[in-house]
Amino acid sequence: MFTSFSKPNRPPLIAIFLISSLSLSYEVLLTRILSIIQWHHFAYMIISIALLGYGASGAFITIFQNKLKPRFPVVFLTNIFLFALSSILGILLLQQLPFNPLELFWDKSQWIWLFIFYTLLMLPFFFAANCIGLVLYQYSGQISASYAADLLGAALGALGIVFFLHWFFPLQTLQLIVFTGGLAALIAALELKSNKTIIFICYLIMLFPWLLPKAWLELKPSEYKSLSQARNIIGTQVINNKSGPLGLLTVLESPKVPFRHAPGLSLGSDSLPPEQLGIFYDGDSMSAITRFDGNPSSLAYLNNMTSSLPYHLLENLEVLILGAGGGTDVLQAKYFQARHIDAVEINQQIVNLIKNDYANFSGNIYNSKNVNVYIAESRAYLQASEKKYDLIQMALMDSFATSAAGLHALNESYLYTTEAMKLYLTHLNSNGVLALTRWVKLPPRDTLKLVDTAKQALHQLGVADPKQHMALIRSWNTATLLIKNQPFGSSDIAKITNFSQRHSFDLAYYPGITKIEVNHYNVLPEAYFFHGTSALLSEKSRQFINQYKYDLQAATDDKPYFFNFLKSHFLPEILQLPANQGLALIEWGTIILYATLIQACLASVFFILLPLWIYQRSQPETKQSQTTTFVFSYFTLLGIAFMFMEIAFIQRFILFLGHPTYAIAVVLTGFLFFAGIGSAYSKKWPAIQTVKTATIGIALCAILYLLILPSLFNWCINLPEIFKIVISLLLISPMAFFMGMPFPQGLSLLARYSPNRIPWAWGVNGCASVISAIAATLLAMEFGFTWVVILALVCYTLAGRIFSKKLQSLS
Amino acid sequence: MVINLSYSKCIFIPLLLVFVVDVIAADNYTSAKQAMLAEIKTDTRLTSIATGRSKLSNHVMDALITVPRHKFVRPGDEKYAYENRPLRIGYGQTISQPYIVALMTDLIDLRADYKVLEIGTGSGYQAAVLAAIVKSVYTIEIIPPLAKQAHNRLSTLGYNNIETRIGDGYYGWQEMAPFDAIIVTAAATHVPPPLIKQLKPNGKMIIPVGGKFFTQQLMLIEKKIDGTVRSRQILPVAFVPLTGTH
Repeated sequence: MFTSFSKPNRPPLIAIFLISSLSLSYEVLLTRILSIIQWHHFAYMIISIALLGYGASGAFITIFQNKLKPRFPVVFLTNIFLFALSSILGILLLQQLPFNPLELFWDKSQWIWLFIFYTLLMLPFFFAANCIGLVLYQYSGQISASYAADLLGAALGALGIVFFLHWFFPLQTLQLIVFTGGLAALIAALELKSNKTIIFICYLIMLFPWLLPKAWLELKPSEYKSLSQARNIIGTQVINNKSGPLGLLTVLESPKVPFRHAPGLSLGSDSLPPEQLGIFYDGDSMSAITRFDGNPSSLAYLNNMTSSLPYHLLENLEVLILGAGGGTDVLQAKYFQARHIDAVEINQQIVNLIKNDYANFSGNIYNSKNVNVYIAESRAYLQASEKKYDLIQMALMDSFATSAAGLHALNESYLYTTEAMKLYLTHLNSNGVLALTRWVKLPPRDTLKLVDTAKQALHQLGVADPKQHMALIRSWNTATLLIKNQPFGSSDIAKITNFSQRHSFDLAYYPGITKIEVNHYNVLPEAYFFHGTSALLSEKSRQFINQYKYDLQAATDDKPYFFNFLKSHFLPEILQLPANQGLALIEWGTIILYATLIQACLASVFFILLPLWIYQRSQPETKQSQTTTFVFSYFTLLGIAFMFMEIAFIQRFILFLGHPTYAIAVVLTGFLFFAGIGSAYSKKWPAIQTVKTATIGIALCAILYLLILPSLFNWCINLPEIFKIVISLLLISPMAFFMGMPFPQGLSLLARYSPNRIPWAWGVNGCASVISAIAATLLAMEFGFTWVVILALVCYTLAGRIFSKKLQSLS
Repeated sequence: MVINLSYSKCIFIPLLLVFVVDVIAADNYTSAKQAMLAEIKTDTRLTSIATGRSKLSNHVMDALITVPRHKFVRPGDEKYAYENRPLRIGYGQTISQPYIVALMTDLIDLRADYKVLEIGTGSGYQAAVLAAIVKSVYTIEIIPPLAKQAHNRLSTLGYNNIETRIGDGYYGWQEMAPFDAIIVTAAATHVPPPLIKQLKPNGKMIIPVGGKFFTQQLMLIEKKIDGTVRSRQILPVAFVPLTGTH
C-alpha cells in the first residue's frame, strides 16, 4: 500500500500549513466543547495537558528517529490520518467516561478517569506535532520555510475558528476540522505520489464525520450543570440554541414549573416573577428572559432586590446598564420609570434573542423608544462615549455557582479594576450613583475588594475622604455597593435605611453607621461586611488587607485579576481543616491554575524529559552533552519568552479591542502571521546577525509599547473597530516579525551540526510553551503584566547570548 | 441417606452462606456506621465555633444509627454508604454528606411531636432521618423517577410516617401546613415566600447553599413568634476571617 511513495525535494508546505491551522483550531474548539460538557476551568486545565502532545511528539521522534526518518512518507500520512480520526473519536469517547471533576476530592477512581481524559485529548496534538516535527527534521535544510508554514497555518487557524464558530455549532465545526484533515492528507498524498488506495483512504477520512451515527454526534453536558438539572423537570423543553465564539446559549421553557429567577429576593417579598424563559450559557450560569406585558405591576418583585436601592435615591433617571444580558436590569429600570436607558451587552446573541426571537415575550424592551442597546464591551463603550448618567448599574454578571466556587480566578476582568472604576465615576452626573451588585460570598471577598477598588479610584479622582462616598447593603445572597462622586447626605442615608428596613435587607455601611445598626435580618456570625468595609475605609486599611485571609487589594489594569482572592499562605490553614470542609473556602480558580502548572511540570518530566534522558544515556560522545545543554537552555528560553510576550500583549490588546474573543483572534493571528514572515525572512542574514537583530528589535518594541501603549490606546479608542484592528496588527507586526527569527535560526544551527537533536528541540520548546502559558498567568496575577514582559525580555537576551556562545564554540 | 444428605447440603450450605454474608455485611455496616458517627462527632466539635454546636443532640445521632444509609445509595455504592462524603444518586442529584445531614437536622431543633416538610426528597435519606425523630414528614420531589424510587424505598423500609409527593415544592404542601420545620434542598435563587408562610411561628427552615458536592454554607431561617423572619448564615467550617482592628 505504501510502496509507491517518493520523498519530494520540497517539504509538504501546504499540508503543514493545513495541519498547523487545524491543530490550533482544534485547541480553541476543544475549550468550547469542554466548557459545554464540563466547566471552563477544567477546559483550561485539560488544554494545557493536551498541548503536551507537542512535547511528547518531540521525545517520540527523537527516540525513534532512526526508524521514522527512512519511512517519512508513510509515517507522515499515518499521523495526519490519526490526527483527523482521534480529534473526533476522542471527544465522542470521553463523553462516555464516568468522569465527574466535582468528585475528584471524594473519589480516587476519578483520577484514573481524568488520566484517560487527558490521554484522549492529548492524542490529536501528538499526531499533529509529529507531522510538523518530522518535516522539520526531514527537511532540515529548509527549516525557515517549514516553520513559516507552521506559523502562518496557526495564524489562519486562530482566525478561522472564530469565523467558523460564528456560523456553526461546535460539533459541526469539529466535522469540518476532520474533513480538512482528510484534505490535508489528500494534498500530502498527492505530493508524495501515493497510490489509489491511499487516495481513497483520504476521501474516507474526509467523509468520516458524516458516516457516524447521528446519535453519537451530540454534546452531553455534565448532569450536574444547571441546564441538565433543569431538563429533569417535567415539561421543560429546549426551544432555542445559539452558538458562537463566546459560548453556547440554550433557551429553555418550563411551562409546568416556572423558573422564578429572582436573585436575592427579600425574605419579606410578596411578589414573584412572572413567567420566564431560562437562558443557559454553556449549559450553566442561568439567567432569565422575563415576560413583560407592559403592566409594571407584574414587575413588582424587582423592587424587592438589593439592586433596586439606587432607584429609591433618585428619580427620572438617565440609566446605563452594563452587562444587560437577558434584560432583568433594563426591566428594573423601566419599572422605576427611568427616563432613558442605555444597555451595553457584549454578547450579540443574547441581545438578538431579546430583540428578535423573544421580542414579544419580553415586552419589546430592547426595541423600546427610551432604550438603546449597544453590542460592546463595557469599558470600550464608556471610553468611546462622553455621555453622563444618573445611574450606572452593574449587577450579578456571573452565576452564583461559579462565583461561589471561585471559578473566575483564572479570568482577567477589566471591569473591576481601579482604572475601570474611575471611568465609571467620571461618567456620572454630579449627583449620580454607581451601583455594583455582587453575590454574597462567605467569608466576604468580592464586595470588600470592590470597596477597596472604589476607594483607590476615588482617591485618584481627588476625593479626600472616600468613606463619605459609599454605602453598602445586603440580603442573604446579594450585596449592593453604591458609590458617588459627592458625599452621601442625610436624606440619602435616610432613604437607604428606610429601604433596607422595609425589605429586611441589612445595612452594612454608610457614612456614620454604628455597629448596632448592622446584622439584624440576615444574620452572620459576625458583622463581617460592616467590619470589613469600615476597616478598609479607615487609616488602618493597609494593615487590615495584609492580615485578611483573602486578597482584597484593588485590581489594576496591569494586574486585572479581580477574582483572584487566594493568598498562598492561607492554603495550609484551609487544607488542615477536617474532612475536606475547607474545600468550601477555597478559590478554585487559583487552585486549578497551580494544579495545572504542577501537572504540566510533572507531565513534561514524564512524557518528555525522562524519555529523552534515557535516550541520551544511550548516546556516547561528550559533544552531545554540550549540544543537549544548548538545546535545553536555548529552546526553553525561547518557549518561555514567546509565550510570556504573547500573553502579556494579548491582555493589553483585549482592553483596546474591547472584545476578548476577537481580540485574542486578532492578536494571536497577528503574532503568528508576522512571526511566520520573520521566520521566512530569517534565512537571509547570517545567523548571529539575525539573532542579535531579533533580540534588539524585540527589546526596543517591548519597551516602547510598555511606555506608549496605554496613551496610544486611549487616543485611538474611539476609532471604528476595523481601524483598531488594523492599528493592532501594525503594532504587533514589528515585534512578532523579530520574534519569529530566533527559533528557526536555532533549528538551522542544529541542522548543520546535530540534526538528530531537532525533534528534541521541538519537544523542549513545546514543553516550555505549555508551562509558560500557565506561569505567565500566575506571574501576572502576582506582579502584573509589565513584569511578565520584562521577564520575557530577559529570556530573549539570555537566549541570544547562548546562541552567540554556541556559534562561537562551533566555529 | 447419602443422597439426602448431599441434597440437604445443596440447600443448606448456600443458605448458610447467604446468612453468613448477611451477618458479615451487617457487621461491616455496623462498624462503618460507628466510624461515620465518630467522624461526625469530631467534625461537629471542630466546627463548633462556626455552627454554635459542640455536639449534636442524641436523637439526631440515634437517627443516624437507625437509618440504613446503605439502602439509600445506588446499587454498587453500598461500600461507600457510610463514608463522610456525598454520593451521586442519578439525575444530577446526590445523597448529602452525612455530616451535613446531621448538622442540618440538628440545627432545626426537632421534637418528637413535630411535623416537618422537606423540599427535595432525593434518595429519601434525609426524610428517613427526620422520620426517625419526628411524628410526621412530608416530602416533595420534582423529578418523578427519583420520587418513585424514594417512595418505594421508604415504604419497603417501613417508614409509615413519611408521605411523599411528586411535584413542584415551591408552594410547599398547603393542605398539611403549617409545619414546625422545613428543609429545602432544592436549589433556588431566593427563599420561596410560600414556604416562609407555611412555617409556624418559632419554626425553623434550613437551606444548604452551594454545589452538590461542596456545601458552602447553611442558611437557617427562623420565624419569630410575632411572625418576623430572620436568616442566619452558618459556615460548616471553622473560619475566623477578620483580624486586626479598625
